[in-house]
Amino acid sequence: MSERHSIAADSVQRAAETPDEQMPFAELGMKQDEYDRVKEILGRRPTGSELAIYSVMWSEHCSYKSSKVHLKQFATKAPKSEALLVGMGENAGVVDIGDGWAATFKIESHNHPSYVEPHQGAATGVGGIVRDIMSMGARPIAVMDSLRFGGADAVDTRRVLPGVVEGISHYGNCLGLPNIGGEVVFDPCYIGNPLVNALCVGLLRKDQIKLATAPGPGNQVVLFGASTGPDGIGGASVLASATFEDESHAKRPAVQVGDPFMEKLLIECCLELYAADVVVGIQDLGAAGVSCATTELAAKGTGGMRVDLNLVPLRDPSLRPEEILMSESQERMMAVVRPADVPAFMAICEKWDVPATVIGEVTDTGRLVMTWDGETIVDIPPGTAADEGPVYERPFHEPAGQAALNIDSPDRLDRPTDLRATLLQLLGSPNLASKEWVTSQYDRYVRSNTVLAQPADAGMLRISERWSSGGESEARANEPRSGRDHEHEAIDGAEPTTRGIALATDGNGRYARLDPYAGAQLALAEAYRNVAVTGAKPLAVTNCLNFGSPEDPEVMWQFAEAVRGLADACKILGVPVTGGNVSFYNQTGTTAIHPTPVVGVLGVIDDVAKRVRTGFVAEGLRVALLGETLEEFGGSEWAHVAHGHLGGLPPVADLEAEQALATVLVEAARRGLLEGSHDLSDGGLAIALAESCLARGVGATVTLGEDPFVELFSESAGRALVAVAPERFEEFAALCGDHEVPCHGLGVTGGTSLVVEGVLEVPVSELRDRHSAALPALFG
Amino acid sequence: MSAARVGIVTFPGTLDDQDAARAVHLVGAEAVPLWHADHDLKGVDAVFLPGGFSYGDYLRCGAISRFAPLMDELIPAARAGLPVLGTCNGFQILCEAHLLPGALTRNASLHYVCRDQRLRIEQADTPWTGAFAPGQEITLPIKHGEGRYVASADTLAALESGGQVVVRYLGDNPNGSLNDIAGISNEAGNVVGLMPHPEHAVEELVGAPSTDGVGFFTSILKKLVNT
Repeated sequence: MSERHSIAADSVQRAAETPDEQMPFAELGMKQDEYDRVKEILGRRPTGSELAIYSVMWSEHCSYKSSKVHLKQFATKAPKSEALLVGMGENAGVVDIGDGWAATFKIESHNHPSYVEPHQGAATGVGGIVRDIMSMGARPIAVMDSLRFGGADAVDTRRVLPGVVEGISHYGNCLGLPNIGGEVVFDPCYIGNPLVNALCVGLLRKDQIKLATAPGPGNQVVLFGASTGPDGIGGASVLASATFEDESHAKRPAVQVGDPFMEKLLIECCLELYAADVVVGIQDLGAAGVSCATTELAAKGTGGMRVDLNLVPLRDPSLRPEEILMSESQERMMAVVRPADVPAFMAICEKWDVPATVIGEVTDTGRLVMTWDGETIVDIPPGTAADEGPVYERPFHEPAGQAALNIDSPDRLDRPTDLRATLLQLLGSPNLASKEWVTSQYDRYVRSNTVLAQPADAGMLRISERWSSGGESEARANEPRSGRDHEHEAIDGAEPTTRGIALATDGNGRYARLDPYAGAQLALAEAYRNVAVTGAKPLAVTNCLNFGSPEDPEVMWQFAEAVRGLADACKILGVPVTGGNVSFYNQTGTTAIHPTPVVGVLGVIDDVAKRVRTGFVAEGLRVALLGETLEEFGGSEWAHVAHGHLGGLPPVADLEAEQALATVLVEAARRGLLEGSHDLSDGGLAIALAESCLARGVGATVTLGEDPFVELFSESAGRALVAVAPERFEEFAALCGDHEVPCHGLGVTGGTSLVVEGVLEVPVSELRDRHSAALPALFG
Repeated sequence: MSAARVGIVTFPGTLDDQDAARAVHLVGAEAVPLWHADHDLKGVDAVFLPGGFSYGDYLRCGAISRFAPLMDELIPAARAGLPVLGTCNGFQILCEAHLLPGALTRNASLHYVCRDQRLRIEQADTPWTGAFAPGQEITLPIKHGEGRYVASADTLAALESGGQVVVRYLGDNPNGSLNDIAGISNEAGNVVGLMPHPEHAVEELVGAPSTDGVGFFTSILKKLVNT
């Protein structure tokens, strides 16, 4: 402890007295002109602590300085939506799902940490997104993950994948959140840059949304959760060593370490705090820790805040103020509490064994002031750090090889004659094979509201907060206004609503590499379709934009095109972007990953009992293909697996057709016309048929047209497979006709084999062997 | 007041408590929340110890929970005949509390595993399995990283000969448990520990693709109503 007090921190007074002292802004990733702006704002050089705050708040990660000018389109082109309650800019968007309930959801990347330390990187990725959802006032109710790794047989993938899966598994399972879906994709382009995008969805009453704001002078600022340690403060050590010589501060862990047990306690604690109405504003501590929480809360509130940094509980008492400000220690939250409510707040924290400390109060000075050992070490207008960061109009241009890539059409590739062999080859390839090796490590049942989980096209949850932790009725105080007499309600007599939500995430880096504008639209279209095939109406979008360096004009072009494409598509489909995340610098040397926009879509179903299950659920059903099949192999799984080819153009994204298809699927589910369904995507009809048979071991016999190769393996968008009871088929076909959705009868379900008349016949057991063997063979 | 009151224990880190409460409610019994820090069983007729990661599984699964104030009340009550069912982490706690013999260790695969598991009811003569037929085959979800049941040869022999093996895994043994053991009871039969999760298999619409879990809850309800 003595060490902590032996060296005076760089104070505001000292900064004024030593205007020419060199500050290590470059080492903290800050450019000269950015540093000059800080000096201009403050009218003096910043102190070490102030520099810590500005450097981290103005970083790409926190300020979105390279992406902001493009992301604006999500707002300017946003479709009108009555469902949107909270849009972009808050911790997560909030959507009205009916009956007084709201859902909040967001996807976020933790790519770089997951490469450095796969287990902790992925685990804390889950932890971070869960806290974002908690800070909206919601109970987190499920997670999903969109994962991308290098080649499945690459040596480093064997290090990264098992660690990432174990990290997600351990953290998510410990929190009691069902993992209901996601993606696992392999491509050599991700070898040094795996993508770990974690999505969380939460549930709250519509009138109980919490925001990150600190209004009301005199209100207390409470830091609660884990204590602060030297996690993720690689950068801050530069500052610490700038003010004093101490070797021990030179090497700090760059990746945070998670404690899911503390996070589980935080969840229950926060929900009880919300229920007791003792929280005025709340913010989770993620990237940039205390710096971010204090500046953002203050900037959105009355405008001022006073904080005594000596009061921050530390795991390592030798931490310097600069390090405390930058620490990314996990499982911490900051709340603004009325003075009279502080005792009640503390009592609830104590009940859940969550440490809580008042570290400051809200002021109306318009300044964020922090002290250390009685000296003022920070005195800044908080908005300048939180909201007024630099904005860059990065130059961009089409990549030099783009035209050549697009000209290199897959038309030149040899097409197979043995389609049976091609089907089995694709089905056993890492991207299309069963992901059970991964998903069996995730708890999909906890909370007992999981209606659909992987390998269904979308995850689906019933809305029910009837039984809270401790068995008490959490929803008692906020019982929905009306119950409904529905079938499943009669079974248990307990559920307050019949509604459910569905979620899907999708992305296709190869499509986006060929055409980032179309690639982003296709990612949205697929997630939108995956939600619709379960019978849920798509409502809103979140996105995680994974790209290389924004300083490379060719990468920036990919980014600009993808954002433009996604914003345009959201407008046409009528689903607004509610929030998301940008991850740049996913590259090794000058080699960037494929541009990889990952899109999450949330939908709502009025009655979860009407959900449509994936695949062929019974014998004797009519099988039909909806949508139009064109000859589209650019970026396809077949070109990738059979020829290692990437060239040409991706499938056309016909969003009007996509919307008509979704309308038919949702209406058909509502009328109870669909016994089963499945989205067509990677691998085309062949894979969709095989997966539909695998769902319940029910075979099918179908008849195709003149070019079975194209019909089976083309990846045209806007298509789905459905299984309909014969006596309802006419009604279903008429519904398709009403919406001008092509409906092609293919055959019937039944038997123990998948039969394509005159083309191929494969026993379902053989399909299963091929499908399930691939990942265990690779990862043990 | 309902005829049957089943206590559901919540430790810090317990996860399946609301699921258990819902299942108890579904069969028409009353679910009574019990809090780890209270010395109070609230006069319940039976106790369900749900799954989860109590105390983060730190030190060893169940090793810290076993010392919770509530356990000071539960352990003697269980020894005196109170029906107690522990699933997953609840089973681990019962072993740590020495209410059941043996221990649950890391899965042989070293991976957490969540899947629907075929099982056989070996012992229908307990308060928690009376609604099943002896030898009945059922499917319940399992979801655990440390479910490999181990015990000394003598203990195993005693469990087998004493009819204390309540549920056994069928097909692939998911975790390397000795004798494919999925659940056991104490000698008296009133305390049962299970790795599978009956509370996740009680409704058609959600959870596992079976409702075989209902039997565990109707068993205790019948037992309590009839005694």
